[in-house]
This record gives sequence, structure tokens and C-alpha cells, in this order.
Amino acid sequence: MIAIIDYRAGNLTSVRLAFDKLNILSEITRDPARIRAAERVVFPGDGAAGSAMANLDELELRDVITEVSADRPFLGICVGTQIILDYSQENGGVPCLGLLPGTVERFQTADPFTKIPQMGWNAVAPVCPHPLFAGIEPGSEFYFIHSYYPAPTSPDHVLARTDYADVAFASVVGRDNLAATQFHPERSGRIGLQLLKNFAEWDGVC
Amino acid sequence: MLTKRIVPCLDVHNRVVTKGVKFQNNVEIGDPIEMAVAYSDGGCDELVFYDITASAERRPIDIEMVRDVAKAVQIPFAVGGGISELADMYRVLDAGAEKVSVNSLAVRSPQIIADGAKAFGSQCIVLGMDPVAHNDRERFPSGYEVTTQGFRTRTGMDALEWARRAEGLGVGEIVVNSVDADGTRDGFELTLTGMIAREVRIPVVASGGAGTPQHLADVFLKARADAAIIASMVHTGDYTIAVIKQELDQAGVPIRRHW
Repeated sequence: MIAIIDYRAGNLTSVRLAFDKLNILSEITRDPARIRAAERVVFPGDGAAGSAMANLDELELRDVITEVSADRPFLGICVGTQIILDYSQENGGVPCLGLLPGTVERFQTADPFTKIPQMGWNAVAPVCPHPLFAGIEPGSEFYFIHSYYPAPTSPDHVLARTDYADVAFASVVGRDNLAATQFHPERSGRIGLQLLKNFAEWDGVC
Repeated sequence: MLTKRIVPCLDVHNRVVTKGVKFQNNVEIGDPIEMAVAYSDGGCDELVFYDITASAERRPIDIEMVRDVAKAVQIPFAVGGGISELADMYRVLDAGAEKVSVNSLAVRSPQIIADGAKAFGSQCIVLGMDPVAHNDRERFPSGYEVTTQGFRTRTGMDALEWARRAEGLGVGEIVVNSVDADGTRDGFELTLTGMIAREVRIPVVASGGAGTPQHLADVFLKARADAAIIASMVHTGDYTIAVIKQELDQAGVPIRRHW
């Protein structure tokens, strides 16, 4: 069973539907016991880091997330990816979960045609082999929608990069059993489904 | 590099996709779910569904259809038509749509943009506008007036001014749907689309008039649109998404290559 953590951060239906499509059992839940019982955990998210962190505290999910992120395959998505870092620049500065050392920065550009948020499909270039990328051609495009991006302190925690607004930002980050994508695999067509399938088959070792 | 999005538009009426010319004389084309799957498998980057008569008939949007689309395709899609309050936005997004598009409602009550952006995030809220060329430059400095309800109502609002204001209210994307070009297949309206793309910092989607891949190349390279909506040219089977992308690639437009 895959637990999709529900902390009132955006639409979780599409993540659930993507696993349904793959005939993989998943459950949207905010029950710590259900999350602890899951073999794998997806930590999704839309919207802003500030409200995401506030919801986690209100729902008292911080401890269980820290716990399961340490011992089983764990996949962050979008804002769920950003808030596993130490700190986000969003909402005037938000301390985050600190599961991966680093910060979340805002895109900066002087070009009026470089739109912020980045909205659409952009190429993802893995910097190292990883089970998550199995069967996916390097440079395949995934669907992004974001104004902020993860900036891990250690280059060892960058799993893939993507070019936007003059930055080759970390579009996939992680370490050990933890992986997190800035893009939305659940909205990235057949190739996104492949990544989710890879996650469902991943033993957490890389 | 961020690629330019190609977005087939499905105008739906009673669960059947239709297409008209200049918002009139709609003919039936096919089943919305089957078409969504075919376009998604064919390599389109996003989809948009308009429940075209919901707004005029003052009835809510077909939520079951939204659910079925979300089950059938794993690419982003927007839904518009028949949105009359925040609760409607919630229902559409909760059913699995990535974005919700407001048009007449935003003109009547612009605050819905701010409320929607606050509740669901700017990225979910799309402003659709139906501008028509207007010669009175004193009233309409951009040369375009916003209309609503499929050209049936003129608003007295300048199109560029409305785009700026909507951006300020927190809209995440603007669809410029030219009434003059809609369904003509004579090419996109480049002037206003380019004007808005230069003025706002959010993505701009061109809509209305796509007939050939060259029309898309023009609106991406000349008007600098971020996405383009197409309908007749693919609904009729004259072009496939793959052929359009191939020609755009040759013209130097960045497009998604893997699907």
C-alpha cells in the first residue's frame, strides 16, 4: 500500500488516479497510523510553503513524516518536495522540515517573456542513474508549475536538473530512500506514470 | 528549456464535443473522453474543456464529465463555463481538473479571481477573455474590447487593461480568445496576443484562428505566446499533433518531444 499524505495541500485526486491507472493500491490519508502502516509514502503538494507547513503542524503530521521519510521509499512532489528542505524563501521565509539540507529559492529574471511561475513541460536531465528513472529517456519532459525551486546544499543530493530562468535548478532531489520531484509525475502523461511505477517498485536503495 | 504548449480545446454541449465559427452554428464532433485520450496519446501538452452553454443557460458545469476526463488522461486540463461561485471552482478542481477558467463571471465580479487564487493558488485560476477589435481608441486604447457570453455581451472594458487588472488580482494565466479569429482557421490574432504577452508576467495562451502549423509558429515566435489552443485543425483530422509538432520543431519552436 502507498499512503498519499493528505494535509489539505492541493488536489490529491490526480496522484490517486495515476496509481489507479497503474493498478497500484494507494490511499489518501492523514491518519498517522495509516501512514506508518504503508510500505511507501507519497508527500504531494500544491500552493504555498507557508500554508503547507501550517497545515502539517495543525494536523500534527510533522513527526510521522520525519519518521517514515527515514525508513521507507518516500516520494515528494512539488511543494511536498520544497518543504522537505530546511527553509523556503516563500511567504517572507518559512522554516521547513529539514529532511534534506538546503533552501528553496525564487526564480529571478529580467526577461519579460520568462514567465513566473514556470508553467508547462520542461526537460529533466538525470545527473546520475537512479531506479526512479528506469526506462525513461534522459531529457524527457515533465509537467512543472512553480515559482520556487529546491536548492540542496550538497550536490550529492541533486538527482536531476532542469533549465529555467538562467538556472539549472535541481528538478529531482533526494538521498537514500528519499526522492522528490519538483515536477508533477501524476500529470506528466505516460512518462510520469513510468516514474510512479518505478517508485512503486523501488526498494529504497540507490 | 520550457516548451511551448499545444492545447486542443473541446467545446462540450450535453457531453458532445462541438465546434462553431465565431461562436455560432456549432456542429457535433465526438465524445469528449475519447477525444481527450486520443489527443493526449497523440502528444498534446494540455487540454481545455468549455461547457459552452452552461454559462448562458445558467446551469452548473458537468462534474461527472470532469471526473471521467481526470480518470482517462494524465496530462493537465482546464475546465471553463458555468462557474458562478467559489464552490464551483472547488468542485471542478476536486474532480481532478488542474485549472479552472473564468470569463463572464470574472467580468461581473472580478473579486472571484482574488478569492480563487487565495483559496486554491494562482496556478489554478485561468482568465479567459473574448476580445473583439474596436476602432474607438479613446475608449479602447489597445484597440480591443472585451466581450462575454460568446460575443453576445459587450463589456466596455479595454482588453489590455483587463489583462493587467486580472494579473494584479492574482490570475495564473490568461487565454486570449479572439472573437474575430475564432473558427476561421485564418491564423491567430497576433497583435493583442503579443501586446498582452509583453505586458504581463504570467503565461499567455493564444486562442482562435489556428488553421495550419505555421499559424502556431507565428503566434509562438512573433506574439511570444506561451501556449496555443487549437480546435478545428485537429478535430477535422486535417492535422495530427505529431505533424504540428514536427513543423514547429523545424521552425525553431521548442516543443515536447517525449510522450
